[in-house]
Amino acid sequence: MENLEALASEAKAAIEAAGDGAALEQLRVDYLGKKGAITALLKGLGKLSAEERPQAGAQINLVKQELQGLIGERKATLDASAVARQLAAETIDVTLPGRGQSTGGIHPVTRTMERMEAFFAAIGFEVVEGPEIEDDYHNFEALNIPAHHPARAMHDTFYVDEHTVLRTHTSPVQVRVMESQEPPLKIICPGRVYRCDSDLTHTPMFHQVEGLLIDEHSSFADLKGVIEEFLRVFFEKELDVRFRPSYFPFTEPSAEVDIQCVNCGGDGCRVCSHTGWLEVMGCGMVHPKVFESSNIDTEKYSGFAFGMGVERLAMLRYGVNDLRLFFDNDLRFLEQF
Amino acid sequence: MIISEQWLREWVSPEISTEDLAHQITMAGLEVDAIDPVAGEFTGVLVAEILSAQQHPDADKLRICEVSTGAETVQIVCGAPNARAGLKAPLATVGGVLPGNFKIKKAKLRGAESVGMLCAEQELGLSDASDGLMELADDAPVGVDLRDYLKLDDRMIEIGLTPNRADCLGLAGIAREVGLLNELAVKASLIEAVPASIEDSFPVELLAPERCPRFVSRVIRGIDISSPSPLWLQEKLRRVGLRSIDAVVDVTNFVMMELGQPMHAFDYGKLEGGVRVRTAEQGESLELLDGQTVELDNETLVIADQGKAVAMAGVMGGQGTAVSDSTVDLFLEVAFFTPELMAGKARSYGMHTDASHRFERGVDFKLQATAMERATALLLEIVGGEAGPLQETVSEPHLPVRPDVSLRAARIQKLLGFEMDSEEVVRILAGLGLGVTATNEGWNCTVPSWRFDIAIEADLLEELARVYGYNRLPVTQINANLEIPSRPEQSLALSDLRCHLAARGYREAITYSFVDPKLQQMFDPGLKPVALSNPISADMAVMRTSLLPGLVAAVLRNTNRQQPRVRMFETGLRFLPGEDGLKQVPSLAMVMTGSRFEEAWNADSDAGDFFDLKGDLESLLELTRASESFSFSVASRDALHPGQTALIHRDEEVVGYLGALHPSLCSELGLNAPLYACEITLSALLQRDLPEFAELSKFPEVRRDLAVLVDKTVPSHELMANVRASAGTYLTDLTLFDVYDGKGIDPKRKSLALGLTFRDSSRTLSDEDVNLAVDQVVDSLEKKYKAELRN
Repeated sequence: MENLEALASEAKAAIEAAGDGAALEQLRVDYLGKKGAITALLKGLGKLSAEERPQAGAQINLVKQELQGLIGERKATLDASAVARQLAAETIDVTLPGRGQSTGGIHPVTRTMERMEAFFAAIGFEVVEGPEIEDDYHNFEALNIPAHHPARAMHDTFYVDEHTVLRTHTSPVQVRVMESQEPPLKIICPGRVYRCDSDLTHTPMFHQVEGLLIDEHSSFADLKGVIEEFLRVFFEKELDVRFRPSYFPFTEPSAEVDIQCVNCGGDGCRVCSHTGWLEVMGCGMVHPKVFESSNIDTEKYSGFAFGMGVERLAMLRYGVNDLRLFFDNDLRFLEQF
Repeated sequence: MIISEQWLREWVSPEISTEDLAHQITMAGLEVDAIDPVAGEFTGVLVAEILSAQQHPDADKLRICEVSTGAETVQIVCGAPNARAGLKAPLATVGGVLPGNFKIKKAKLRGAESVGMLCAEQELGLSDASDGLMELADDAPVGVDLRDYLKLDDRMIEIGLTPNRADCLGLAGIAREVGLLNELAVKASLIEAVPASIEDSFPVELLAPERCPRFVSRVIRGIDISSPSPLWLQEKLRRVGLRSIDAVVDVTNFVMMELGQPMHAFDYGKLEGGVRVRTAEQGESLELLDGQTVELDNETLVIADQGKAVAMAGVMGGQGTAVSDSTVDLFLEVAFFTPELMAGKARSYGMHTDASHRFERGVDFKLQATAMERATALLLEIVGGEAGPLQETVSEPHLPVRPDVSLRAARIQKLLGFEMDSEEVVRILAGLGLGVTATNEGWNCTVPSWRFDIAIEADLLEELARVYGYNRLPVTQINANLEIPSRPEQSLALSDLRCHLAARGYREAITYSFVDPKLQQMFDPGLKPVALSNPISADMAVMRTSLLPGLVAAVLRNTNRQQPRVRMFETGLRFLPGEDGLKQVPSLAMVMTGSRFEEAWNADSDAGDFFDLKGDLESLLELTRASESFSFSVASRDALHPGQTALIHRDEEVVGYLGALHPSLCSELGLNAPLYACEITLSALLQRDLPEFAELSKFPEVRRDLAVLVDKTVPSHELMANVRASAGTYLTDLTLFDVYDGKGIDPKRKSLALGLTFRDSSRTLSDEDVNLAVDQVVDSLEKKYKAELRN
């Protein structure tokens, strides 16, 4: 039995020294396999006497189990370190940027227009669009601006021919809707408009969102309610709003709407020309002559209309200081939105 | 319209500050645009008298003056050419401060002591330029502070009047508003009829009474125009933004600014026979006061004498009959011209005058005689002379009529949203000069001759709202009913397309709808674009027939600024002229140039190509859920590369195109890298199919791959369609997973590798089923394209 002890200690040392799974497997085969040294000892039990056999068998089995256990432990240790090595090898810099296409963006004018549309859609207005090359009738006549009316001078119109213009506002879309649909109407008309004017604060093309509501009971008080709420939602703050009498041929009474300067809070600054107020839109009750042009009964129906410059609101909202940037399409500008 | 606050306060003077006054009238619809002091800030300036002026011994241009300040006599060295003994002029005394914080100290000029400084208007901030000392009136009190003497603590208030408020184009109209707003009486100037002291009169004929229904005139003889206007008159005019010309013109301008009535003075000695107010002969010429000679058309009203036109009526007088320093007799004209027939006239000659501005908007048609009396009295006072009788020539039927307007209390409630107190209604309307009588339903109002903007009930509502104050009117919270506008699922929103393109790396651009005709020509030489008759500049003269010229220009702007990688899109109208009229077509265009990816540690730096753009476009088409209804065909098109151009079809219709910009166009434009572009009609993209559920098969799929050699000219899209048609009903998916040409195959041919997936919903397919289908495909490709199978 000295033989068994020597064998066991030799095997233990070898298992302890095994450097990888393959070496370990070889040791298992060498000692515990069908032709292994321990297996051979078990096979040799038959040569012993019946008295010696049980004790010798038990001793060999004890060694066998011990070696099996050691091999298992050693294997677990080796596996664990192999996984650890693999994980170490697979470690990456997770702070590197990801792969793929960069993201573009929406133009600030569109972005502003969509915010405006979203507000009015939420209170039941429908979005309507129309032609940009427009006839004189829809752009002027039907809006109570006859030829030579002094208000035409306010419009700096681009002409295609004597009777055809680039629309100077999106109001002609409202006329087209009034011609083709019966009240009640709740529409907004976003789009490009054109005026023959170009300097620091004017571009020959810009965008408007105009709105029209006609029903049997709308009043100036409703107009004020809608406009005040819109401005509060658009600028996401409580703002002082004031309505100032003005003149548009297609509304009466007409008003310009001023808000407390969003830059200085009304204290006076460069943005508001030190007045504390910013003019943001025009509005009014629809003029009876406009209703008459579209055969709408002025006794039964009343309505209001409003119009605002999208660039103007975008400039105030995002602090853009030069109108012309909107149409330069410089990526360094567009990427800011 | 500029007014002087002091002048206004002579008429009506509420006890409020300038700022409050400005706010008050702004909120009543007379928007104050600016408030400016009438003089610069200065102190220590007195009225002084030059007692003597001697040539400086050592300087040609200087004079040494003995000047009386009232309290003492001081020596002043002065370079002004008009420095002379007896002149009264402003003197800035030692210790005084002139505008710009210029402190006056004792000085020596070329050896002569100077104790203060005699001043010109410019140095006191009273004018922009002056050519000598300010000449004060002979009776100016020596020693009095100039600010007190000239009442310089005054402000010019500039009002941006809306075109409907012609009644406020004179001080009187603004005073009326201020009186009403403050519930104060207005003190108008006392105007009395001037009795005639001579009999002279001049015949007047109204030959176009619909254009000029009233003409008031008067002859004044023996005036002396040699002296300039008195300082008070010059100052009044200066503070409403007008320059002094001569005493006669100054008086007519004064009356215009005070009452709002333009008028004109002719040199009576230069008029022949009598006045005829008529339309011009076509082509008749007239030299105007400003020196230009205009050729008149027969729609233009003129004042003529027996021989010739002498003034463009209501716009500007003629040079030939103008008042000059030799004038001794005057013929004064105060007329009413019909606004509708004056509108646009001056503009059609490229002119705009204070007179035309007023007549186009409407001058009080009952004001003419009053204005004439006012002017006459002032002229007699200032230039002397003898006045003839006031002559009024009138065509009553052609004067404006002012029908009464009724106002219903119920309409105030309906349109302004509240019930206005009856007394308030009457107070406001009467204060504006309307005659108000109560009726069962409300009020009946007569309209004054100065209001051209009150004809219907809504006009009265506006007056009530405006004077009452918009901000005092009630506000109703939004109370929307729940009528939800329909939003069909089958229509795709433009905003969805925009977001999709933004997610794929495209930036939205907005370019002008008018483009350079030259650029337009390069892209669409076959189309004659809509041209503007008054473009803002030559390079913005025609309406785009494609979004590409504008987008490509936007790309160039960026590539020229060290931004070689650009991906942009735009949506908007194209303006397509055609035989059946102009079409304004909503469209979308995309452009791409530069590398496929942004420069990055893990991205290849390859340039993007046709298939990058096409892939982005196809992903957009996917949004319609009907991408199989779109197809691409080989095409050619102006401005595009002949080998890299495709038309886009939706079903049978051509809806757009895509391709590479023609290399020669690229180099002409200065683009250094290829540019890919597409343009598609938006309506093709905004309809999407509704999803329709199909049962999922429980049976496995079978995949077979085929590689075939075909001629390079065979469009893959067509070949794929052929495969689909010949493969039978089990084919569920077909992919083209490799395209190869080059080494190892016939140079005229290419290899296409196809993946075919088969499946049936009711059973597992057998090898025979699939082999049969593949054989059919191979057979069809061989017949149609002489295709060979590759191993």
